[in-house]
Amino acid sequence: MTYNIFIQLRQELVLTVLIFVLLFIKLGKDRSNESILNFINVALLINLAAGFCCQETGELFNGMFTTNALIVFEKDLLNLAILIISMQSYAWLKENKNVIEFYLLTLTSLLGMFFMISSGNLLMFYLGLEMSTIPLAAAANFDLTKRKSSEAAMKLILSSAFSSAILLLGISFLYGTSGTLTFSILTAHINGNPLQMFAFILLISGFAFKISAVPFHLWTADVYEGAPVAVTSFLSVISKGAVLFTLVNLLYKVFTPIASTWYLVLIVLAAATILIGNLFAIRQDNFKRFLAFSSIAQVGFILIGISGSSQIGSASLVYFILIYIFSNLAAFGVVSVVSALTGKENISDFKGFYKTNPMLSWVLTIALFSLAGVPPTAGFFGKLFLMMAGAAKGNYALITFAALNMVISFYYYLRVVKAVFMDENATPIDKLQVPNVSKMAMYICVAGIIVTGFASVVYDYIYSISIGL
Amino acid sequence: MSNYLYILWIPLLPLATFVLLGLFGRKYLSGIAGIIGTASLLTSTILSFVAAKQYFFVDGKVNGVFQKIVALKYTWLEFSPNVSIDLGIIVDPISVMMLVVVTSVSLMVHVFSLGYMKGEERFATYYAFLSLFTFSMLGLILSANIFQVYMFWELVGVSSFLLISYYFNKPSAVAASKKAFIVTRFADLGFLIGILILGFYGGTLDIGLLIERFTSVHSTQFLSITSASFLGASMLTWGLVLVFMGGAGKSAMFPLHIWLPDAMEGPTPVSALIHAATMVVAGVYLVARMFPVFSMDESALNIVTYVGAASALFAAVIACTQTDIKRVLAYSTMSQIGYMMFALGISKNGGENGLGYMASMFHLFTHAFFKSLLFLGAGSVIHMVHSNEMKDMGGLRKLMPITHIAFLIACLAIAGIPPFAGFFSKEEILTAAFHENKIVYGIALFTAALTSFYMFRLYFNIFWSKEAPVAAHGHDDNGHESHGEGPWVMKLPLLILAACAVGVGFIPFSQFVTSDGAALETHVDVVFSIAPVVLSVLAILLATSFYKNQNGKSDKVAAAFGGFYTAAYKKFYVDEVYIFITKKIIFPFIGQPIAWADKNIVDGFMQLLAKTTSKISELIKGLQSGKVQNYAMYFFGGVAVLSILFIHIWK
Repeated sequence: MTYNIFIQLRQELVLTVLIFVLLFIKLGKDRSNESILNFINVALLINLAAGFCCQETGELFNGMFTTNALIVFEKDLLNLAILIISMQSYAWLKENKNVIEFYLLTLTSLLGMFFMISSGNLLMFYLGLEMSTIPLAAAANFDLTKRKSSEAAMKLILSSAFSSAILLLGISFLYGTSGTLTFSILTAHINGNPLQMFAFILLISGFAFKISAVPFHLWTADVYEGAPVAVTSFLSVISKGAVLFTLVNLLYKVFTPIASTWYLVLIVLAAATILIGNLFAIRQDNFKRFLAFSSIAQVGFILIGISGSSQIGSASLVYFILIYIFSNLAAFGVVSVVSALTGKENISDFKGFYKTNPMLSWVLTIALFSLAGVPPTAGFFGKLFLMMAGAAKGNYALITFAALNMVISFYYYLRVVKAVFMDENATPIDKLQVPNVSKMAMYICVAGIIVTGFASVVYDYIYSISIGL
Repeated sequence: MSNYLYILWIPLLPLATFVLLGLFGRKYLSGIAGIIGTASLLTSTILSFVAAKQYFFVDGKVNGVFQKIVALKYTWLEFSPNVSIDLGIIVDPISVMMLVVVTSVSLMVHVFSLGYMKGEERFATYYAFLSLFTFSMLGLILSANIFQVYMFWELVGVSSFLLISYYFNKPSAVAASKKAFIVTRFADLGFLIGILILGFYGGTLDIGLLIERFTSVHSTQFLSITSASFLGASMLTWGLVLVFMGGAGKSAMFPLHIWLPDAMEGPTPVSALIHAATMVVAGVYLVARMFPVFSMDESALNIVTYVGAASALFAAVIACTQTDIKRVLAYSTMSQIGYMMFALGISKNGGENGLGYMASMFHLFTHAFFKSLLFLGAGSVIHMVHSNEMKDMGGLRKLMPITHIAFLIACLAIAGIPPFAGFFSKEEILTAAFHENKIVYGIALFTAALTSFYMFRLYFNIFWSKEAPVAAHGHDDNGHESHGEGPWVMKLPLLILAACAVGVGFIPFSQFVTSDGAALETHVDVVFSIAPVVLSVLAILLATSFYKNQNGKSDKVAAAFGGFYTAAYKKFYVDEVYIFITKKIIFPFIGQPIAWADKNIVDGFMQLLAKTTSKISELIKGLQSGKVQNYAMYFFGGVAVLSILFIHIWK
């Protein structure tokens, strides 16, 4: 049937329509920020719901665009994340003159990610990647009055350009050695000759840059610190999630002939990433920098899961990203509200936070526990499955190393909890009036953290739609 | 097969009550917490009776055999296609019977507590804990997966811990709750290992499948578990004995019984619930649930038999010497549970030889009623005189006529005097013992006589002995008014339970609950009954002559027994042995070296880790320079290193 194309593209189409509607609202008469934000949040909710209806899978445009149950679910996750971010940024955006631009940029970036995840061709993949990166650089500059924000944007765009160049070089070499860019044909041409290996390493370096794996992570902390919290959460959750999904897709489907090599690449990157992320996270006082390094360490754990290269590996990644959305966004949500209302972003400012804001403190604590992987939060189950996937390869040294690093991560997560609950502070943050929308987003996150771990249906569903090597 | 899904509501209602009262109880619902708890449990009780009626009289029976029905199965955690932890509901004769027992007794306790706990500051919390306990116990009963049993088993432990330490400002209550928790936890460790052994060899945690695999002698699982051996016993024996260890801990079997008497520090209605009818029989229930597997292993059953018989006798002897009325009841409970255990131990699976199994379940059933009646009666007495000690009591029969009659009925029931409930069930146990094992029969008979003696010692000391001294108690230190027997909510449960203690013995139990589900023909043999009944009556007469009036006879006899009496009074120094082992052996020779290693080696390693981490962290902070050109350089470096590594070295 001819309208299948619309159903297969429905998530992209809904998003595109939303972008255009926002554009027209911008062009039309002035409206209050509240009404715009309410409209957008409802629209994003509809956008999320649209993903769940009318399952239809297949290929479009000669295999340029593919979709299946897993891809649809991954996009749903990203839709969920942007909804939560939008709700949490309510306090910040309410006072901002350029609300619509913020959404135009982030939604366009999201649209790019959708195309990237669905890509069946390296060119399509590259286009999606660029479409998702460039608007983000502009969004990082969104605190127009802050120098740090501009600095972050500059660093992001420069580093991105750099990594894109490397990536493009890799793609060119691949084309040169195989004569095709289409995934399904490419696999047959992968034979592991040195030039192809070099191309692969260039490609994976580009990926490693996007997910901030060590040693390609250096931009992360500076950009996270300078950018507005909403953009930082977008970068740390959505951006990373989308690239990781694509990475798994490429590794499991296209680069299968050199699986033994990329397994080694992954574990080298994973080990370095976990270690360096942890070592730097210990030192940070700025909350956003702290979360930046903690998220670097988290990526290391994810890479271990991916290295399992089995159905569990792919399922555990998607499951972990779901949990990570809840946990990381809950943490960012608290930071976002505090930053928007008081301008404070340092961990030391959070001393004695519990006395004045018990609700926010609990949300933050639960989120950090989940990030650290303390049972019974969902984070524990997420890490457990990642480790199980990694352990399936029999590399117990790596698993032990990761477990040891989890101990280190407990230290720096609990340090924050200690500051919040136990440390005395003569001038604690005042009692904050959290907007209801943001509160709701936090409750969703906390509920997600608690429920996702226990409701085995979630993991079972993800497992059932996942692919192995 | 018809639908039993509604059974799910039986445990869920108390859970909902717990959540409700736990969250909002103290602030908003403190006035009506008791009513809420009681109402929700009343619903559960009615549902249990509906389930019992449906199961026993409508559709539980297929071709004359009661079926095991799995009413619900939800896979919770799946480790592999074969091994999963399921949450399920099993409906079979013993689970339905236990549903009725637990909900009824719990309901009586809920009602009784309305009067007994009135005016307590943490009234709502008390009901929240009661609900939690009831939920856990019901969940335990309905579990279809042995790991599910274990989870609820632990929940039962936690909630009983909370209930025993309800008076948390009383150091003895806190100590008792800790002791109960630690001792049962220790036993549960064995239980867990047992579960893992059975699960490992059985390849499943599902009870039904385990039974199916371990009872067919040709199955690969059975062959593998019986051929593997450790320290001279087969793994089947080990697994079962360890599972039994868990059961023995909860059921206070010798030598893991030391927590039970101390646990009497909790509120008395709690003792009636936990330490009479529900938690303490969990061990018996567990063995009964796994009974087909137990019946495959002679040595495990022998252990069950002799631990049970020894506990029965041991506890009965101690009970004769205690002066705290709740402790007497505690030891009597232990003794009666010993009865149930050895009855299981001497039983075989199926047919006529399954008499012991049926008798054990029957005794569990009748015991639940008369023992909770005894505890609640004791509660009434304690409520009145504000003391647990016999010396503060005496002559209460005129002041509390209803309690007196109810208590007397319960005493007659536990003594096994016809036609009270205990007579019938004890008769079955003795018959089974007589046929299977004469030594155990002798112990059981002697214990039965002791039981009659100490129960009537208790009865006379409370209600006769002296002339009512209580009138002097106009006000006590707490300013309580001197009250009669308490409000009707305290009397009503006594009356209902007394009626049960008389009536439940006439239930043709062997038609419903047997080891294989098929009805078992039993009959009361008058000739056989003569010996135990005469012995009991003689023991009662002896107690009458000793204790009806204060005449010093008992002291003389105690003096005649001399050292033995003192030893029994001191509970045969079992507690002291435990303290000696822990303080003199485990602490200095195992605990301290480990503590040293922990402090110096483990902590030292951690500190080394922490120091190294922060050193390295200091060392490499220069990487993060903030300059994009440097970042690009590192980026190139990364690409180069990866290329060299993977193209030249590990290609």
